[in-house]
Amino acid sequence: MTLSLPFGPEPGADGPEEVWSVAELNKAAKSMVDAGFVPMWVRGEVTGFRAYQSGHWYFDLKDETAKVRCTMWKSAAQRCPERPVDGAEVFVLGKPSIWEEKGEFSFGVQKLLLTNRVGQQQQELERVKAALARDGLFDAARKRTLPAFPATIAVVTSPDGAALRDIVRVARQRWPAVRLLLVPTRVQGAEAGPELVRALQLVNELDCDCCIVGRGGGSKEDLAVFNDELVCRALAKVRVPTIAAVGHETDVSLADFVADVRAATPSMAAQLALPDRAEVSGTAASLAERLSGGLSRHTRVVGERLARTGDRLESAMFEVLTAHRHALERLGAQLDALSPLRVLERGYAIPVATDGALLRGRAAFTPGRRFDLRLADGVVRARVEEGS
Amino acid sequence: MSGGQAKEPTLGEELKALEDIVRRLESDGIDLDEALRLFEEGVARLRRARERLGEAEQSVKAVLESADGTLRMQDVDL
Repeated sequence: MTLSLPFGPEPGADGPEEVWSVAELNKAAKSMVDAGFVPMWVRGEVTGFRAYQSGHWYFDLKDETAKVRCTMWKSAAQRCPERPVDGAEVFVLGKPSIWEEKGEFSFGVQKLLLTNRVGQQQQELERVKAALARDGLFDAARKRTLPAFPATIAVVTSPDGAALRDIVRVARQRWPAVRLLLVPTRVQGAEAGPELVRALQLVNELDCDCCIVGRGGGSKEDLAVFNDELVCRALAKVRVPTIAAVGHETDVSLADFVADVRAATPSMAAQLALPDRAEVSGTAASLAERLSGGLSRHTRVVGERLARTGDRLESAMFEVLTAHRHALERLGAQLDALSPLRVLERGYAIPVATDGALLRGRAAFTPGRRFDLRLADGVVRARVEEGS
Repeated sequence: MSGGQAKEPTLGEELKALEDIVRRLESDGIDLDEALRLFEEGVARLRRARERLGEAEQSVKAVLESADGTLRMQDVDL
């Protein structure tokens, strides 16, 4: 028989001169097993449970046809809330390995859950999950977006819990004007399921813009009601967008996936639901700036056009005025040339009667008549000596 | 509940309308009259939006269901 293994010496074909030691064999087997598995959950029944003084636990895990040795070191055993007894059905999380010295295959347990408690819950969870998935309650297509500026938010939670206080605190910081309507309900214990369902139905009778449902942190059992099928279905029927905020960041419930939005914590839910006043003020301020900028852009265009028109008007006026001035100057020159004073300067004289009337023609010069002779540099008194 | 009353635009609607106005104002192809009209409307909306932003009256009320199924509101002290 030839085996091809990636470890140790090549198997010899002819005899025992190339033989493996037991230690080599176990070491090679351990390496293979260690490398070949990732941490995994195994389900089985506990037998031969022994807890040692050292704090380590040893037991076998078996089912109908097989059995495996299990070791659980003190550090892991300490975290287990309850010791399993022989016959208990458990889930164990861990990795198989080989104990080299003894050549024993065993399963190293890091976590152990008793199925009679957790197992049943897990099974119920899987059942509800499958049912809700089948009915499309997790579909991305039915997710609604949250309103940008909710005036009223329904808060479905316990009136005494940390969730409500956290939501109110964040709302006060971000958007003080919001109206919060608390729909009180228990959020853990036997009564929580029906109360939550009723509270979620009540939300549909309120005038609100969105709904936060959730609670603060707690144990897995405390949060279990948010995996309840009826609660999830009631949540899906809420008519306004919903935010689920169950426990802390690491807690995940089915309600988280049914709601339109999942928030890690109730505070986070309030942050998601409400705009930040400072941010919105900033938006308004920038809109205000753009508004005035937008207007002055238009007035500037008109202003420039007006200015251009004004310039043209001015230059047109200037041209008209210049033309008129030139015409005036020309006329002035002509008038000047025609002025009688100019004529007198050339040596002519004008006879004017004492009443100022111009004396034209011989007939006006009767003998003895006194008249003025107007010259360029003055007036000379004159008298007609004799008629013609 | 409080339905039935004439709904004033919400802050969101106000800001949305303002955004539209600003966009139009920033575009070419509108005359000065239109620009002035838009500006006036924008200023009014901005004023209302700022009033809304200034509102600070937070109220927390609990919704309680009576045995007969009617709802009533009760102030919550926190």
